[in-house]
Amino acid sequence: MIEDTMVSIRDGTVSFRVLSSGRGPHVVSFHSFHERGGWSPFLERLAARYTVHAPLHPGVGGSVGVETLEDVFDLTLAYEELLDALGIGSASLVGHFFGGMVAAELAAVFSERVARLVLVSPLGLWRDDAPSADLLILPHDDLPAALFRDPASEVARRWGAVPESEEESLAAQIESIQRRASMAKFVWPIPDKGLKKRLHRVAAPTLVLWGDADRANPVAYAEEWQRRIKGAALRLLPGGHMVLHEVPEVAAAAVAEFLGQ
Amino acid sequence: MKICFFHLMPYRFLPDDFEHRYRSVWVDPPHSLFDPEKCSGLYHEFLDELEFAETQGFDGLCVNEHHNNAYGLMPSPNLMAATLTRRTSRAAVIVLGNSLAAYNPPLRVAEEFAMLDLLSRGRLVAGFPVGTSMDMNFAYGIDPATLRDRYYEAHDLVMQAWTRPEVFAFNGRYTQVRYVNIWPQPLQKPHPPVWIPGGGSVETWEWTAKLDYVYCYLSYYGYKRGKATMDGFWEASARVGADDNPYRAGFLQLVCVADTDAEAERLYFPHVHYFYQKCLNVWEGFAEAPGYRTLKTLQTGTKPQVGAQAKKIRQSLDWQKYLDQGYVIAGSPKTVREQLAECIKTLRVGHLMVLLQIGSMPKDLTLHNTALFAREVMPHVRDMWPGYKDRWWPSGCAS
Repeated sequence: MIEDTMVSIRDGTVSFRVLSSGRGPHVVSFHSFHERGGWSPFLERLAARYTVHAPLHPGVGGSVGVETLEDVFDLTLAYEELLDALGIGSASLVGHFFGGMVAAELAAVFSERVARLVLVSPLGLWRDDAPSADLLILPHDDLPAALFRDPASEVARRWGAVPESEEESLAAQIESIQRRASMAKFVWPIPDKGLKKRLHRVAAPTLVLWGDADRANPVAYAEEWQRRIKGAALRLLPGGHMVLHEVPEVAAAAVAEFLGQ
Repeated sequence: MKICFFHLMPYRFLPDDFEHRYRSVWVDPPHSLFDPEKCSGLYHEFLDELEFAETQGFDGLCVNEHHNNAYGLMPSPNLMAATLTRRTSRAAVIVLGNSLAAYNPPLRVAEEFAMLDLLSRGRLVAGFPVGTSMDMNFAYGIDPATLRDRYYEAHDLVMQAWTRPEVFAFNGRYTQVRYVNIWPQPLQKPHPPVWIPGGGSVETWEWTAKLDYVYCYLSYYGYKRGKATMDGFWEASARVGADDNPYRAGFLQLVCVADTDAEAERLYFPHVHYFYQKCLNVWEGFAEAPGYRTLKTLQTGTKPQVGAQAKKIRQSLDWQKYLDQGYVIAGSPKTVREQLAECIKTLRVGHLMVLLQIGSMPKDLTLHNTALFAREVMPHVRDMWPGYKDRWWPSGCAS
């Protein structure tokens, strides 16, 4: 059973839609550009052992107030306020790509509130010699090849399917544009907003997860993250950029093994 | 009726297979295609064409701003306008315009436009576009989510800098200046006329009408398709209580004039085709950054002027289709006169801008087109709006 609640901060100028499920220690999960809906088989599996909260980023899927947030720092503060509003003292954080950046920012700025940190192909660092793909703007037809290890797989085809009716198709396009625009605000035009200067503050034990066939965010970045977060472990999983969706069971097991109880 | 000569300054030497080999004419066309020697010549060719237009009786000369763009070699229209102020003496100098959000601080625009107004002795029209997504989000790296907000704030700053008598502080969300006090101030009072080039954003219509500016639709797809947008503007205008003075509106139309209809096809088709197939070949990913258009505009279901869908439509075009769909008004003087009159009437446009240099069109042909248009067409559409006063024309030009 998934609880679907709106949680407001700042006198209601920012409201998060939060999907929650499960029991056990708190885990907060942050999504990226190309995950619709907020809940997933990966989270479902985590919810078997943890209380999982999956907030949708402001501007996405019912969460509102992105226009009042100035920058990444403001977004980080807003998420810390969300933890207060949810009554969570400290939690483990899991974040994918853009969500990984958010989780890392929180762990760097509010280290006391983060028990353990799991970064899945995170965004937020930049290398001129290995730029991450411009996933925010890739046309829909080009995305499966960038996102999935096997673009012909069932999961990739399901992801790429477009509604038949013109009305639904327009609505889907608008949803996609709004979703990407809401996150683009914090990483445009290059996703390097100073995190590299803050990562040394991360105190939580950290696991970096990567799909071994990630064509969108080169595995080369994994070393970069390990170098900047002392003691971070790296684990490669069989999958592409959408590894959490391609192998949800394997990914959830890897995360649970790291988080323990 | 005011008739203005518009120049995009396109690079005329893209390879024949450009649209098949390269994904985009805008944002990332490779430099290897750019020949500086040729471009040096092009600038003089284009300026000659603009200056020639004044001698032929055009009311205004229009320049505009693009970046990383092989069909618009004018990152700084102000430089072009500056040279025109010295070589012309009668025509309005219409800069359409400076994309306010791209200037830091936006006071730079207030200053340069003031300089142009003084240099031209009050012939400047100040254009303030939001700027295309390709220019602003991709070439200049401005975040699409805040672009419009930055634009509105910059507009307020520029207008205050031109009109407030005192030195003042401006504490904006995007720009903070402790001492706003631009020297020089513009010649025209209270400020040069303001025209807003738009691409069909719903919000821009109302905003423009409310502030009593001119709305210009710079479309490449002609008057038939432009009607929905101009109707949208006129409806928004009525909603905010503005009158229906046609001089509130401007429209850009591609035009080719020849002695006969057949001659028009022979002379102009290759250049028109170059324009639509090469110059508008923009990669889908660059057509519109997420957040560039507002939710309200997206909900109207209109598509961007460039990108995959637009490309599909363009690829099927031949001369007859260009004409039938009204993308280009072309033919004998009689043909052009009739269609142009229809364009002006149906869109209710007091400021007509014509694109007479199109795509790869060389100078001799451009001058031919310009002279024929001025002699055989212009006099016949001059008196289209009797009884209306153009309140948006520079005071330094005879009206």
